[in-house]
Amino acid sequence: MKKILIVDDEPNIVMSLEYTFKKNNFEVFIARDGQEALDILQLQLPDIIILDVMMPMVDGFATLEQIKQDERLQHCKVIFLSAKNKEKDIEKGLALGANLYVVKPFSVKKLVEQVQDLIQ
Amino acid sequence: MNSFGLLLILVLYLSILFYIAYWSEKRSHSKWTNNPYIYSFSLAVYCTAWTYYGSIGVAAESGLNYLPIYLGPILIIPTWMIILKRIIRISRVNKISSIADFISLRYGNSRFLGALVTLVCIFGILPYISLQLKSISDTFHIVTKTQASSNIFTDTTTYVCIALALFASYYGTRYVDASEKRRGIVTAVAMESILKLVFFLIVGIYVTYFVFDGFDDIYQKASLLKDFDKKNTIGGLTNGINWFFLCILSMFAIFLLPRQFHTAIIENNKETHIKTAIWLFPLYLLLFNIFVFPIAWGGNILFENKGHNSDTYSLLIPQLFDNNVLTIMVFLGGFSAAISMIIVSSISLSTMLSNNLLIPYGFIGSLENTSQEKNSKRILKSRKIGIFMLIIISYVIYRLFILDYSLFSIGLLAFVVIAQLAPAFFGAIFWKRGSKNGAIAGIILGFLICFYTLLLPFAIGITESTSLFIQEGPWGIGLLKPFQLFGLDYLDPIPHAVFWSMLINFLTYAAVSVSFKGNYRERNYAEMFVDIDKYITNHENAFIWKGTAYISDIQKVLLRFLGEDRTKRALTIFNLKYNIDKNITTADARFIKFAENLLTGHIGTASAKILISSVVKEDKISLPEVLRILEESKENIIINKKLTDTSNELKKISEQLKNANLELVNKDIQKDEFLDTVTHELRTPITAIRAASEILHDDADIPEELRKQFLQNIISESDRLNRLIDKILDLEKFETGKQKIYLSKNNITKTIKNTLQSVNQLVLNKKIDVFFDNSNKEIRAFYDEERIVQVIHNLLSNAIKFCSETAGKIVISIQDNDNHIAITIHNNGKSIKTQDAEAIFDKFYQSRNQNIKKPIGSGLGLAICKQIIEHHKGSIKIDQSVTEGATFIFTLPKYNTTENS
Repeated sequence: MKKILIVDDEPNIVMSLEYTFKKNNFEVFIARDGQEALDILQLQLPDIIILDVMMPMVDGFATLEQIKQDERLQHCKVIFLSAKNKEKDIEKGLALGANLYVVKPFSVKKLVEQVQDLIQ
Repeated sequence: MNSFGLLLILVLYLSILFYIAYWSEKRSHSKWTNNPYIYSFSLAVYCTAWTYYGSIGVAAESGLNYLPIYLGPILIIPTWMIILKRIIRISRVNKISSIADFISLRYGNSRFLGALVTLVCIFGILPYISLQLKSISDTFHIVTKTQASSNIFTDTTTYVCIALALFASYYGTRYVDASEKRRGIVTAVAMESILKLVFFLIVGIYVTYFVFDGFDDIYQKASLLKDFDKKNTIGGLTNGINWFFLCILSMFAIFLLPRQFHTAIIENNKETHIKTAIWLFPLYLLLFNIFVFPIAWGGNILFENKGHNSDTYSLLIPQLFDNNVLTIMVFLGGFSAAISMIIVSSISLSTMLSNNLLIPYGFIGSLENTSQEKNSKRILKSRKIGIFMLIIISYVIYRLFILDYSLFSIGLLAFVVIAQLAPAFFGAIFWKRGSKNGAIAGIILGFLICFYTLLLPFAIGITESTSLFIQEGPWGIGLLKPFQLFGLDYLDPIPHAVFWSMLINFLTYAAVSVSFKGNYRERNYAEMFVDIDKYITNHENAFIWKGTAYISDIQKVLLRFLGEDRTKRALTIFNLKYNIDKNITTADARFIKFAENLLTGHIGTASAKILISSVVKEDKISLPEVLRILEESKENIIINKKLTDTSNELKKISEQLKNANLELVNKDIQKDEFLDTVTHELRTPITAIRAASEILHDDADIPEELRKQFLQNIISESDRLNRLIDKILDLEKFETGKQKIYLSKNNITKTIKNTLQSVNQLVLNKKIDVFFDNSNKEIRAFYDEERIVQVIHNLLSNAIKFCSETAGKIVISIQDNDNHIAITIHNNGKSIKTQDAEAIFDKFYQSRNQNIKKPIGSGLGLAICKQIIEHHKGSIKIDQSVTEGATFIFTLPKYNTTENS
């Protein structure tokens, strides 16, 4: 079973994602901000991380920078999920090493397909 | 006292003066040498031995006649603020070093006029210097009780005079540039002025209060002497007219005497010093005259019918009572008065002699092709010899001609001669039409008349009215009697000479000036002199010149007189001042004038012009053309001023535009940020709704529980969306002024209590302690209750949200002031950073530099609070004096602001 970490501070969005990925046979971990995500990553090595950009405390970009510094997490695929849809934001996200940048609002179905493509 | 002792005292006294001069020369920029008092006292070089001794003589012989010599200056000095200032400015910008330079430059830089003025000055001043030497000699013999020796070489005073000449020639020629300041000499002269006044006052007090019993006593005793009444009344209209002319004469003298021109103008460091001089100098003159009368008549009482020279009463009286110390003091005072006049006069005369006579007429040719050091040495040497010779010649004149005249008569003679410069001088600064030919003709005719009516009779020693020449006129022609020219028989010889010479001089000057056109150069300088205030900052611009000239040629000339360093420095200054590219090779009018100025201080205006014109090729300009150019330059000045005004205005407007633009750009950035944030804020609930709806749509076998939960999510996110839109619209209404508030008198404690009620559940959930002071007191203020509830609700929600997680505490307090109430809401959570304290009230404020951090809440709450409070004419801010937790404080007025505004 593939592991997925969902990081977002919006509980209602998280709920939909959690339901959908569980249904697609993922083991789902949830964090409400970057700090919590990093804490979870100390214990778990997910195959994929879905990361919101705008979060209180540690934001998505900063979280990814931390992740990239951790050798154990090099295999992790990262998808940014953000309402910030400007080109420069997308470029920045990809430059930091994210595999995908998905703009909110998004199709849940499509996101699952993208995730599955990534980890195949 | 023997001669040797007195000589020793003199040497001592002179060395002290020498030391003062030396000391202050070294400190030429210190405030001790550079102050308005030194300047004012140096002007008192006006009071010479003639004042010191001669006034007493006149007072003793003919009563009050000595007074006009001091009244004239006192009357004219108030005008110095205008006239003297103008002369100082003209002299400063043109580097003028003497009155001869001043007059000759104004009349087209005329070499001849400069020489003529120099000759008139020498003619007038040499006997005047003789007079000083005479007083030194006379008083020396009185103090030492010796007789003047008829053999020049055995007379001690000859050697005193030679020593003086050496001192003056050494100290007067420190600088080649004659327009340089000589602080040493000026300070020494000022010191001497103080000393002579103090000594004179001492002897005056001595005579009045120690020899006699006050002014009344002297007056009483003197009134018993014969002729007292006759000598002490003004004597009707005739004498009144005599007085009038003497006053006029001394008014001219205070401007024209070379030593006065030198101290008042050349040595003036700051125009503001005049302000002090216009009260201090007249005061000085008044003080000097207080005791003249008592000393004179005290002497008359003490020495009745003894035949003493009344000029020397101030020495004879203390000597009569064997008061040696006082006698020597008086002698030193007189000596001071004499030598300061001799030194300053000889310096200025020798400068004129070299710059206006010898160099332009004599050795200018030999100066042209030698090195700078040689030239400087030569010029200095000529001045040194000049000073020395002038003093020696004066001594010779004294020995040969004026052993017998009183000090007063010789002094006045000098005044009359110098006064011949008056029409040309005053015309120079007030009348643009005054021309060179007018000035020359006036001076020559005036001088001839004064020669005929005054100098000639004096020179051939026939002041006694028994002479046939005086009695009958030459060849028996009555109309030509020198003292009653053309039958004018009711004036004394001096006023008589003043009247005729000045009348003819003035009329000639005016008539010739009006009748014949001057040349263009005269007209040019006339403009620069009369309108000096207009050209003061860049007078080189006013100089009109046409032709071809090369900077390198002129530079070569400058090098020979200024040396390499100074030339280079001067050129740099010039280029900077007029913003001229240093690669330009041709010289323009400004440069010609600038170069002439540089040379003027060294060799005088006339020679400067000659030297410069020898290396440039000047084209003639017609007078109408000069007038046209001058007119144009005047217009240019006006247009320039207008242009400057306009450009300043444009600058201001463009500044404003820039600011406005910056503001717009800022607003634009703010708007972008706002839109960014709004879209983000809108997208978030939409994302949640979309995700939930998609699941519900696609997933048929979703458990009932979850299905309900998803539907609930959709509802709450829709509400959130709606609230957000409401807030945005709210804010927009406030910002555009569409939102109205309805003021009424309300009880704030009640409003707060009601609001607290609505958040009660949240408080209970987080187990927060809420403290509310004055909760039972009724405190009334004018506000829109619905809106203020909104504010308080927002602040309370924030307080609850940010409160410390454990042991949360919120404190609400109200301050009841005269005009307003202040409501404070404090929570013990995280404090707000100082740099965020103001920006926190901006809409969608996110802590700076971290624009990806998510704001808590919608980011609009505090912005709306601020709008509401400001619409109430209150204020809202973070109380930064409280460092723990976060404290919001807002005020509301207690009166109805809508009625007031």
